[in-house]
Amino acid sequence: MRPEWPDATGHFGPYGGRFVPEALIAALDELTAAYEAMRVDPAFLAEFARLQRDYTGRPSPLTDVPKFAEHCGGARVLLKREDLNHTGSHKINNVLGQALLTKRIGKPRVIAETGAGQHGVATATAAALMGLSCTVYMGEEDTRRQALNVARMRLLGAEVIPVTTGSRTLKDAINEAFRDWVTNVETTNYVFGTVAGPHPFPAMVRDFQRVIGDEAREQVLERCDRLPDVVLACVGGGSNAIGIFTAFVPDNGVRLVGLEAGGDGVETGRHAATITGGDPGVLHGARSYLLQDDNGQTIESHSISAGLDYPGVGPEHSYLHDLGRAEYRPVTDAEAMEAFALLCRTEGIIPAIESAHALAGAMKVGRELGPDALLLVNLSGRGDKDVETASAWFGLGGHPAPTDADDRAVEAGRGADPGPGLDTDQQPTEGAVTSGEAVAGQDAEEQA
Amino acid sequence: MSALQDRIFAARAEGRAALIAYLPVGYPDVDASIEAMVAAVEGGADIIEVGVPYSDPGMEGPVIQEAMDVAVRAGRGLPDVLPAVAAVAAAGAVPLVMSYWNPIERYGVDQFADDLAAAGGAGVITPDLIPDEAAPWLAATDRTGLDRVFLVAPSSTDARLAATVAACRGFVYAASTMGVTGTRAVVGAAAGELVARTRLVSGDLPICVGLGVSNADQAAEVASFADGVIVGSAYVRRMLEGQGAEGARALSAELAEGVRRPGVRA
Repeated sequence: MRPEWPDATGHFGPYGGRFVPEALIAALDELTAAYEAMRVDPAFLAEFARLQRDYTGRPSPLTDVPKFAEHCGGARVLLKREDLNHTGSHKINNVLGQALLTKRIGKPRVIAETGAGQHGVATATAAALMGLSCTVYMGEEDTRRQALNVARMRLLGAEVIPVTTGSRTLKDAINEAFRDWVTNVETTNYVFGTVAGPHPFPAMVRDFQRVIGDEAREQVLERCDRLPDVVLACVGGGSNAIGIFTAFVPDNGVRLVGLEAGGDGVETGRHAATITGGDPGVLHGARSYLLQDDNGQTIESHSISAGLDYPGVGPEHSYLHDLGRAEYRPVTDAEAMEAFALLCRTEGIIPAIESAHALAGAMKVGRELGPDALLLVNLSGRGDKDVETASAWFGLGGHPAPTDADDRAVEAGRGADPGPGLDTDQQPTEGAVTSGEAVAGQDAEEQA
Repeated sequence: MSALQDRIFAARAEGRAALIAYLPVGYPDVDASIEAMVAAVEGGADIIEVGVPYSDPGMEGPVIQEAMDVAVRAGRGLPDVLPAVAAVAAAGAVPLVMSYWNPIERYGVDQFADDLAAAGGAGVITPDLIPDEAAPWLAATDRTGLDRVFLVAPSSTDARLAATVAACRGFVYAASTMGVTGTRAVVGAAAGELVARTRLVSGDLPICVGLGVSNADQAAEVASFADGVIVGSAYVRRMLEGQGAEGARALSAELAEGVRRPGVRA
């Protein structure tokens, strides 16, 4: 069942719409018409299903995590394993759909923005698969934080352009991608990475991502013979959250909880908790909540997670918030990293730091609800890309290249000491990769 | 009545196109930017587009981005345009504001319309607001009599040209090329074609062309088919180079010669 929103012009109540230069309207209209035809075309649906099964590896499993759940008030916790998808996150679900759409409208080139690099890697992957030229815009700050993903995109044949304007993060990468698009729109399709941006992106990306919740709802019913009490997901732009929420929106007994990046704490002003700490406004082509000052300037966000470090949020989340259908809570960097370490050590799963925010939310909500609760958590990505950031946070080993995380570790009084949640009894085995060796990708990036 | 349209018609009566100069308020600081606007008027600009500093100017190329970034970091924003508007009016040109939509929404749509009208502003160009999303703005500008300038682009369909022109008052802004602001070596053929297509539906409404015009020759070329010539990045570049008000005055003088070249108007 498709939600009754947005309306024909892309509005989710007061949110969404199109706030873009007129020059892009024709391209957005073309995309909308092509997508509306494609999404009911049996040939497309068959091809999309085949790629999801044979290329991505869907359906993704549902994993019981009883040892981690001991830290969640004893509630039963199920992880939806989007981290096991090809390319390591939920982002592939969306890009395969948009790449097929690009082929359908006959454009030979795609562009994308990326924060953590997961959407960039997924887009570069789909472009390689389908023979499209690919350019990815990535904030310079993020190319340092996520050097491994920069290398992956280049291996896949994509051009990665570090963005040096503004805060040099995801919001500025989106601005640059829009500038490229308006200049090259005849040959180029913009593969947008989240459920934000102008219509039709929020609805289209939701449709491509809803497979997460469609599968998970069936899997939970089959395994537990009931619906979950709470569905939890991290929210930056919000595509993995919309992806897992959508199937459950009509189930009024199921709480939907989005975990926003609280950074150093919402009260400090250094955060990316857009709904918790922002107000409605217009950014990147749509009306939604955003972090802004009295002059309507976008405020730079802060999060240890590059993928959540975004001062906006998809308009459907703003609408679900105002309707009271979903609730949004902040999770600080420290809380997310505690959950990150716990999942590593208790279950042998290294989550993306983005997804660790959802895990931290499960720890809070589980403790509130107690052992009878059934929690479904979207593990939206895997943490290979975050090894360097996590090593710096927990003070593991030597570290030749200082990062923001180092500064924060020092400020927080960490450094050589393992942080909370690490099992200090276990030592790295001889021959284990140290964090110093693990950053070779960054050196290569700087020499490139 | 439209102050913008009156001024453009007055230029037309002189057998020339109007010269519209863009400068962002707050670069290098508020006072110096206002001095540059006044100098641009004294050099020969008919209309000044007072730019509002904005953190995410999606339609701007690197030159205007750089100036805006400085102004934004200094805390400048929509309230700073009001003294600039008053100064431009006092200097004898028609003050027009160019603002992305969020600063106006944040200020309060009706409050801003009232304050701008009180300061002597003629209207506003809104580059990321299309008429489809503009209901509160249409109401506020109808109530206050402010002009509202929307954009058309080479990619606009005939239906959108007609709808956009119908929503405009003062003039319609024809974006000469598909792309962002910035100086270009040549103004492409797309500009002339877009103006011709727009003329079919625009009636009396003037058509002004922007994006890519930087010198007197280009101004003369555009003046041969448009009612007004909009120049932005070339002014801002002179500011970035430290030429200040004298740079703006000199550029206006060059461009004013361009829009007056004999025979450019049919």
